[in-house]
Amino acid sequence: MRKTRIEDGPAAAVLRVLLPVALALVVGGVLLLALGKNPLDYYAFVLERGILRRGGLQETLTRMAPLLLIAAGLIVAFRAGIWNLGGDGQFLLAAVTAAALAPALAGVLPRGATLVLCMAAGALVGAIWSLAPAMLKARYGVNEIVTTLMMSFLGVSLSNVFIKLVLFDPATTVPQTRSLPVDERLPRLFGSTVHSGLLIAVVVLVLIHLMMTRTAFGLKLQVLGANRAAAVHAGERVERLIVLAFVLSAGLIGLAAAVEVLGVWGTVRADWNPAYGLLVVPLVFLARLNGYAVIGFTFFFSALMVGGESAAHRIGIPQYYVLVLVSLLLIFLALVEYLDQSRRKRLAV
Amino acid sequence: MVDASLRKVTKRFPGIVALDDVSLDFRGGEIHVLLGENGAGKSTLMGLLAGMQQPDAGEIVIDGKPVHIDSPRRSMDLGIGAVFQQLLLVPSLSVIENLMLGGPWWQPVKRAAALRRFGELATALAIRIDPDALVTALSLGEQQQVEILRALWREEKMLLLDEPTSMLTPQGVADLGRMLRRLKEKGVALILITHKLLEAYEFGDRISVLRQGRLAGEIDPERMRSSSEGERTAEVLRLMFGTEANDERTRHAPDLAALTGRMAHHARPIDRGKPPVLSVSALATEHRVGETALHEVSFDLWSGEVLGIAGVDGNGQKHLAEVLAGQRAVTEGRISLAGRDVTRGRVPERRRAGIRYVTDERLGEGTVGTFSVAINLLLKEIGAPPYWRRGITDWSLIHSSARDKIREHDIRTPSERTPVGKLSGGNIQKVLLARELGADACVAVLNKPTYGLDLQNQRLALERIDAAAERGVALIVISTDLDELLEISDRIGVMFQGHLAGIVDNAADAERKIGSLMTGAKSA
Repeated sequence: MRKTRIEDGPAAAVLRVLLPVALALVVGGVLLLALGKNPLDYYAFVLERGILRRGGLQETLTRMAPLLLIAAGLIVAFRAGIWNLGGDGQFLLAAVTAAALAPALAGVLPRGATLVLCMAAGALVGAIWSLAPAMLKARYGVNEIVTTLMMSFLGVSLSNVFIKLVLFDPATTVPQTRSLPVDERLPRLFGSTVHSGLLIAVVVLVLIHLMMTRTAFGLKLQVLGANRAAAVHAGERVERLIVLAFVLSAGLIGLAAAVEVLGVWGTVRADWNPAYGLLVVPLVFLARLNGYAVIGFTFFFSALMVGGESAAHRIGIPQYYVLVLVSLLLIFLALVEYLDQSRRKRLAV
Repeated sequence: MVDASLRKVTKRFPGIVALDDVSLDFRGGEIHVLLGENGAGKSTLMGLLAGMQQPDAGEIVIDGKPVHIDSPRRSMDLGIGAVFQQLLLVPSLSVIENLMLGGPWWQPVKRAAALRRFGELATALAIRIDPDALVTALSLGEQQQVEILRALWREEKMLLLDEPTSMLTPQGVADLGRMLRRLKEKGVALILITHKLLEAYEFGDRISVLRQGRLAGEIDPERMRSSSEGERTAEVLRLMFGTEANDERTRHAPDLAALTGRMAHHARPIDRGKPPVLSVSALATEHRVGETALHEVSFDLWSGEVLGIAGVDGNGQKHLAEVLAGQRAVTEGRISLAGRDVTRGRVPERRRAGIRYVTDERLGEGTVGTFSVAINLLLKEIGAPPYWRRGITDWSLIHSSARDKIREHDIRTPSERTPVGKLSGGNIQKVLLARELGADACVAVLNKPTYGLDLQNQRLALERIDAAAERGVALIVISTDLDELLEISDRIGVMFQGHLAGIVDNAADAERKIGSLMTGAKSA
């Protein structure tokens, strides 16, 4: 959670990121060799499918939209010292809300109004789902890791209940909400298949980054995160700040869900759960809670996911290998950081 | 009898050499006082003997054998007992349960044997504590006695005490002295760490002075007996601060004699005919577990006056400070500032009204250690103009104004962007004083403003307080150091169990009156 130190040049900062990436790829490659696969083939395939091919790149960029918004939400929470690990429940309930609302409104309202209303509704539902953990934490100091995770299980189940019992489309065999027609979804960007949700996500993420680093409100949240007693001592309304951080965080995750539904799927199927909420957590820490850095990591991760998905079919390397790579990356990042610190200590003596 | 030595011990930490080639001998039956400013290396030395850290060079020799003390357990095995400044007892357990902790996990607890050992030690030291009393129910002095029992639990060989008198009443200090002398007679080697000269003379057989990690010199028992107090003081000061003209520390040091102890109190002219600036009547706070709430606290405070608050720690001082700062709610009573009722205000309103609070938990709540000096200087004004306009941060203004304050208040920091937690205690306190004693302060509450500071920074803090009073700020100074209060205050109030037991004028017999009020006697 520490900011990059001032005495570092940008070169050192870049090296501290690239070195772990290289190490993760090498060690991951060794694992692939052990499984009898050629790592170079795999990486080349992933690179081609995830970034180099036009279709792959478009898919990668599309995948980034919800991840970036979730990252924005997690940055707010983590900087404020709040572990919002209930992203999946918040995400799915918001997704179901947007999916249920959009087809109903589409016939009545113009496209723009429908989309904006649905995104607002998604954000609102996400935020509401975080209220219980928020109040419990603010008022009674109940550990939010436990409460958000429990609310997440409830949220995931509840959204399935809604789809299966109330909101299902009778015209389909698999229970799912009524589909939003393709021409009513988020508009595409510049003739590509990438929807404008990506633009929304980048803008929102940058705004959140600026809010955290350049406004009084952001600084108050950071003080709360770094030392709650100091926030109390300085006379901040700590309980209100905690609730606001929760609501903002979960609202952004809800927005992510709405964007994904309105941009890509147009519907939510029963038992669909992409589990992005927890996937984004390591990315946010890799980026050290920096909004700009998170864009780079998310791009990298999305490309791995998209490329890895095709690789799963074509080369027979399970998609979970992508998670192995991300975990290796986290481990090496921590290791490089540790070595860097001890080198500084030695130099300082 | 034990015989322990440090031989040419060096210990480095990032950026500093905490101990530099130090050789010292500790003998059984002798109280060896280690004297020195903060950062002189006293606590590091204790850490080495207690097994918290290992030396980078040199060796520790006990009874003629070089030893490698790589853990606290090893230290205890060698018969070294340590009593740290913070009490390390489990409050929810009884005295005897605390003492039984730390045995091997596979052994059943042997209560009968433990009680026997407790009786043995308690008799030897003339300690009267119920072994079944819960630690929370004990006074701080009694808790310290339990710590000493624990340090001697395995064997009575060697005892290290870090600033043991910092939280005791005068009576507690006398009891401690009696206990130390008994241990000395039994042949225990005692090492007493302190920065108070008077204590060093009173308890010590031998004084060693550390300065910036080096052993500056020693006064052996012979010299201790033969020299007068004045000669000893001159010698100790020379060792502590050096005499070299180019020594940076001495250049900044105020009159050296002023460092030795209490300066004469100079009376400030206070016009009590005017209405008081702060008026507190029948104040009460809500009781929480482990805290002493206020009850029926009333006093008036005039502009330019310093009201000292004495009392043993934990008698409601914290609540008093917090309730005035607006950090704690008033349940009964009234606070008015210059005739205006501010009882309901919270920290921002009280601050705007001119009430300031310098907390004693400097890193705990006073600052955010990982944030820059610049942010910490404005910690209580986040969002306020001119540093924030419509909530947008003006970082360049914040940093430039921080540079000015750093210069003005002589805060020693590499830059305004340095995390405040990396500064020394004295400089962190300067940050707090700069933040709280600004031009628009009208009432300031300072909780233990010199606690944990070295002599020069203590002096500096007291000078800032005096200067603020000079400007007409009304100050409330809470402290457990009576000498300090007698020097700085115009009147001194005594807190006892959440009451203000009385307020006495700082006159000739103030010390005696305060002493009796501190124990709860109702006369003043």
